[in-house]
Amino acid sequence: MPPSATLAPDAIAASGSPPGLRRGSASGAMGDAIFAAACRIAGLLVLALLGAIIIGLFIGGLPAFRAFGFGFVFSTEWDPVQEVFGAGVSIYGTVITAVLALVLAVPLAFGVAFYLTELAPAWLRRPVGTAVELLAAVPSIIYGMWGFFLIVPFMAQTVQPFVIDTLGELPLIGDLFAGPPFGTGIFTAALILAIMVLPFIAATMRDVFETVPAVYKESAYGLGCTQWEVVRSVVLPYTRISVVGGIMLGLGRALGETMAVTFVIGNANRISTSLFGPGNTIASVIALEFGESELGSLKLSALLALGFLLFVISFIVLAASRFLLRQRRKA
Amino acid sequence: MSATTHAALPKASLPGGPAKNQAVAAALGRRRRATALTVKLACYAATGIGLALLLSILGTLFWNGFTALSPRVFTEVTKPPGSDGGLLNPIIGSLIQAGIGTLIGTPIGLLVGTYLAEYAKASPLANAVRFVSDILLSAPSILIGLFVYQILVVPFGGFSGWAGSVALAIIVIPIVVRTTEDMLRLLPDTLREAVIGLGAPKWKMITLVCWRAAASGIVTGVLLAVARVAGETAPLLFTSLGNLNWSLSLSGPMSSLPITIYSYAGSPYQDWIALAWAGALIITLGVLGLNIAARTLLRRK
Repeated sequence: MPPSATLAPDAIAASGSPPGLRRGSASGAMGDAIFAAACRIAGLLVLALLGAIIIGLFIGGLPAFRAFGFGFVFSTEWDPVQEVFGAGVSIYGTVITAVLALVLAVPLAFGVAFYLTELAPAWLRRPVGTAVELLAAVPSIIYGMWGFFLIVPFMAQTVQPFVIDTLGELPLIGDLFAGPPFGTGIFTAALILAIMVLPFIAATMRDVFETVPAVYKESAYGLGCTQWEVVRSVVLPYTRISVVGGIMLGLGRALGETMAVTFVIGNANRISTSLFGPGNTIASVIALEFGESELGSLKLSALLALGFLLFVISFIVLAASRFLLRQRRKA
Repeated sequence: MSATTHAALPKASLPGGPAKNQAVAAALGRRRRATALTVKLACYAATGIGLALLLSILGTLFWNGFTALSPRVFTEVTKPPGSDGGLLNPIIGSLIQAGIGTLIGTPIGLLVGTYLAEYAKASPLANAVRFVSDILLSAPSILIGLFVYQILVVPFGGFSGWAGSVALAIIVIPIVVRTTEDMLRLLPDTLREAVIGLGAPKWKMITLVCWRAAASGIVTGVLLAVARVAGETAPLLFTSLGNLNWSLSLSGPMSSLPITIYSYAGSPYQDWIALAWAGALIITLGVLGLNIAARTLLRRK
């Protein structure tokens, strides 16, 4: 280090001499090394965090995996008294509610995105867009309460009796809508989930629709296309992959949602043929049963094993979503 | 273009071209316009449903929340049903845990975002970190609670406010990473070249110039992160657990607003349910307020 390194920075700044420059680079090299290392360590910490979550859940679930083998994934037993546990029912509930939620949410989300990009007058776009985004910011426990106190009674008193008496009487599909009108159940949970993922999917769709070059759309309009024809033949083909990515993102959210589902799904460990029947999801089982599991018990291990399975499912869905959306990030 | 203008055009505009059947053209035009109109109306309806849902949620919340809201909610601690309790300890507990979670998560997220934008850029390691951060951003929050339960609750012998704060910090990190990287990438490289050209070391360029230039964006990210963790319930279930007594100790179970709402809303007592609505209103107003503040901050720039 040159002797001038001991000079006060002010003195160097005042003199403005070349040694000042050298001094700056010497302390700068030191500072740079420390700062770069700090940034790098933080980055590695994030990597380690995900690894630790996966490994932690797996190790926690290991006793259950050992006790029940691969059959744990498909077994529909859940008997804390006999200490027999299986993930079948909750995996079924998780997948069916999430998929049903998407079936309900995707058409609505498309409608909102189409409205926001093509139909809405310019002055309405921002307020409506903000409103949709605020819907995404509402905490899930609020959706749970709203569903529990407003949607469940509405389903029990109005929607379900009507559907059970009409569709429930039909042959073949009747079983899907049979049973007593509890208000809670698989369908209600899917409905709340649909409302929760709607803003995520709609916002992603709107963003990718906006990446379509205006020239393409104008060309189509110039040929006399209607707004729907422009969206169907120009916008959707152009954004197809990202749209699927956005839907997968919504699916990822729906799979892991806990509080809202726990309020309205009815929490019963059985697979019922009726959509109005009660069920559970991985997240709701963990939330509800955790408090009754003793440290070191097989039940706690089974819950951690469920958590591991949920993490694997969400990881695959989210990774797929990110892979499909990467084009948009580049653009 | 509409079918009526088609009909008004002279027949077979191109010499030698196929003859145009006006009746078929008009029918096709009608069908196309009918489809367009149907889809359009369906989209108006979809947007209407979306807005109606937001209104319904906020309406229910405001109606039930404001009826239940009173000064008592902010001055009294949680008490057994029927004895005029409030929500003071859950509110304070939530503020403490969200605050500590943000304080732990923000510097880490800031450094990671800086690493991605200023150092690693498009290297394989950077892509891996970016990917993992994005996965953490959308990972089920209940699993983060389970993870922290295993690393902080089991080894240290009990539920604690610290565990809750750490769980929330893990949720804060990816949000801050995302906004920090995005905001730093928006800065022009000429700015960086100017600073380096003056002889400043890179770390000074980042801390004194880049961070400052991107400050409003980074603050936006932090506000959004606070808004997100303030309403999180699932990660606190197995970490800070909740506490119906007044306690400021971070090493013991700690009360929080979402957990209290969860247990009160499912209770059979009317006054507890009313308090749950009041708590829900407080959280939602806070979260939406933070979101709107973040938006305004970003737009002003």
